[in-house]
Amino acid sequence: MIPEFGHFALILALCLALAQAVLPLAGAARGNAHWMALARPAAAGQFVFCATAFAALAYAFLTDDFSVRFVALNSNTALPAFYKFAAVWGGHEGSLLFWSTVLAIWTLAVAWTGRAQPQEFSSRVLGVLGIVSAGVLLFTLLTSNPFDRLAAAPVDGNDLNPLLQDPAMVLHPPMLYIGYVGLAVPFAFAVAALLAGQLTKDWARWTRPWVSGPWIFLTLGIALGSWWAYYELGWGGWWFWDPVENASFMPWLVATALMHSLAVTERRGLFKSWTILLAIAAFSLSFLGTFLTRSGVLISVHAFAADPARGLFILMLLALISGGALALYAAKAKDLTADGGFRLLSRESFLLANNILLTIAAAAVLFGTIYPLFLDALGFGQISVGPPYFNTMFLVPMLPLAALLGIGMHAAWRNTPRHLLLDKLKWPAIFAAAAGVVVPWLVFGTTSVLTVLGIVIALWIVVTALIEPVRKLVGRGGAPLTRAQWGMFVAHLGVGLFILGATVTSAYDAELDHAATPGEQWEAGGYEFTFVGTRNVEGPNYTAVEGEFEVRRNGELVTVMRPQQRVYRVQQSPMTEAAIDAALHRDVFVALGQSLGGDAWSVRVRVKPLISLLWLGAVVMAFGGLLGVTDRRYRSQPAPRAERIEAEVPAAARPVEGS
Amino acid sequence: MWRYVIPVAVFAVLAVFLYRGLYLNPGYIPSPLVGKPAPEFSLPDLENLDRQVGSRDYEGQVALLNVWATWCVGCRQEHPFLVELARSSGVPIYGLNWKDDRDKALEWLDTLGDPYVASAFDVEGDVAIDWGVYGAPETFLIGRDGTILHKHIAPLTPEIWRRDFLPKIAEECGSLPCPLAEGEE
Repeated sequence: MIPEFGHFALILALCLALAQAVLPLAGAARGNAHWMALARPAAAGQFVFCATAFAALAYAFLTDDFSVRFVALNSNTALPAFYKFAAVWGGHEGSLLFWSTVLAIWTLAVAWTGRAQPQEFSSRVLGVLGIVSAGVLLFTLLTSNPFDRLAAAPVDGNDLNPLLQDPAMVLHPPMLYIGYVGLAVPFAFAVAALLAGQLTKDWARWTRPWVSGPWIFLTLGIALGSWWAYYELGWGGWWFWDPVENASFMPWLVATALMHSLAVTERRGLFKSWTILLAIAAFSLSFLGTFLTRSGVLISVHAFAADPARGLFILMLLALISGGALALYAAKAKDLTADGGFRLLSRESFLLANNILLTIAAAAVLFGTIYPLFLDALGFGQISVGPPYFNTMFLVPMLPLAALLGIGMHAAWRNTPRHLLLDKLKWPAIFAAAAGVVVPWLVFGTTSVLTVLGIVIALWIVVTALIEPVRKLVGRGGAPLTRAQWGMFVAHLGVGLFILGATVTSAYDAELDHAATPGEQWEAGGYEFTFVGTRNVEGPNYTAVEGEFEVRRNGELVTVMRPQQRVYRVQQSPMTEAAIDAALHRDVFVALGQSLGGDAWSVRVRVKPLISLLWLGAVVMAFGGLLGVTDRRYRSQPAPRAERIEAEVPAAARPVEGS
Repeated sequence: MWRYVIPVAVFAVLAVFLYRGLYLNPGYIPSPLVGKPAPEFSLPDLENLDRQVGSRDYEGQVALLNVWATWCVGCRQEHPFLVELARSSGVPIYGLNWKDDRDKALEWLDTLGDPYVASAFDVEGDVAIDWGVYGAPETFLIGRDGTILHKHIAPLTPEIWRRDFLPKIAEECGSLPCPLAEGEE
């Protein structure tokens, strides 16, 4: 009964989404205030019914209702309750319902804050969000209904994919989805601006938090996914350039570019059509990500759902939403004219460089991801593009971007006197270069050109990001920083930490794959490992062999590690559960591989210096984003006149401007 | 202003390729041994060391060779399914008992059931090296002419059996259960 109730709620949500898609847009076109007024109540109602449907599905999971097909396929009585709830989004159908629910929440937030905006504008925004929502709800109901019943209910369910039975995996998809779906909001703002045929600085100010918000979730979601792959896939790597990972990374790159170009659009009224294009591209890429991962077009290490019929529907939806927006762009973008110009040495130039380089990086990733598909479609056979391509193609734009970032943070709008920049950045540059060359050589004994380059750039960013905050904290240097400026420095500090972690862990990790028998000892990365032995372990829904390893440094016991090789009883798939001893300065990673006969096991040992900085850097970036979103000027609407005049004060008077 | 049309044009090209991609067969990389003649071997029978078991036993038949051992968790997991297969599939299953303790192996077959026509006792693991085994369990599907039709690593499940094995067996035999080749029996 409850599942039917959920199904019914989903149908009602679709009806309201259609109303929200059609009437406000038509009303805005014809100047009918009554039709436009329907947008907000329709959005609220849609939220209520989506949430009801979601709750109904969660209830079916928690009560083990295996007469519902989706529950029977993705749950099991032995599954811990925590994972039963997470299983709601652990499969294709449920994750779509989750997608719609998240969109309904974002839409509600837009409707709530949009009351301060002109009715025509907010109606268009909500109308576009209604189109997206209606498309996805229709897709869910027609091809992937999570409430479908089975004629005969099985006694027990098929269990959740063991790969997903992990705390990070409980959080990773929701984070990513909130980010993906949230990018629909700037998309809707962009389409609304195109429909109106004008783009004001107010528009940019309204849009900015709706880019930074989803960006924060995307950042955290990608970091969680990388962390999960690091310890759950059992390979010790943290990024694989896998199509599913790329699908989340491309929208992140474009959203990052969009945040920066919006800063220029808000402050200077420049880059207007470019900003619109990025907003369309960011959401289109997150939709494309859904297509790539849900259609089976690309095979991946963690492809969870694959079905051509569904792929065709998503492709049609993509063509309608992205194709439609881009066609509108082709027709209307020429109306959006710039308000002024800028000099070479100005914040605008640096943000332009940022945009170009980030777009190149995103295009390179996109190309590498779908290149195999192109070749196959043209009849050249099947190939796969591997990490060497991505690493090279990604580093080429990223290195100059990272180097320019340190200067860009301190450049002022319009024009920056060269000597001011030089005075400020001379010592940080010298420090970063010296430390980058000397420190790795002292600590690790070896170094290479690329490693030095990476460390120098990372330190350069860290130091330049800290200059202003430190000056303010010790009470020197003029006006206090706004919260948005704090956010900018903190987020860039995160970028520096991330690059430092990525460089050091790639250059200096110690790897050893070893065929070990109990009692054996060996050394890797300055640690001595002793294989004590294995024993059998029974989990709630799996059986495992657990290895025991003693880890010593200079003869002293550091830790005892217990990696497992699990076999989940229902799906019978073997899973590697690596043991990780994490510390700020290094991770020790031990995974139990294949049994080699007798007592011997293949054992994979990694010692990874500074790998924690990868996740720490991402968290710091996200925190910087949070500071930016909560800046005062996004709450006071419309902006007081005084503040806007202040923003136009020439550069020399305000050497540090928020972005 | 043609430059504003470029994005939608690029998108259109991309969409066409994505559409084509929907109907292409996703690629997979086969094991190097698949399609090659299976290595010949002859080893003592696990249950009667005086008798020999080897590739000659299944010559001219479609057969499975399952690499197993008592120390392997995955083997315990797939065992009930192998017993069921032996009863219902009509495909003979040969075992390759790999680097195992004979007493434990015999006890295993006693308690869990014996799906194998015979199990070869490969205590040194030499035959497993010839077959490119790098972990247990592994299951090979061998065709009537002695070529390896398919290799599966990790426990065999009904789903994998239906998806990967049955189509190849049907192709090899024309119908199920697989008839024995001429000259046999």
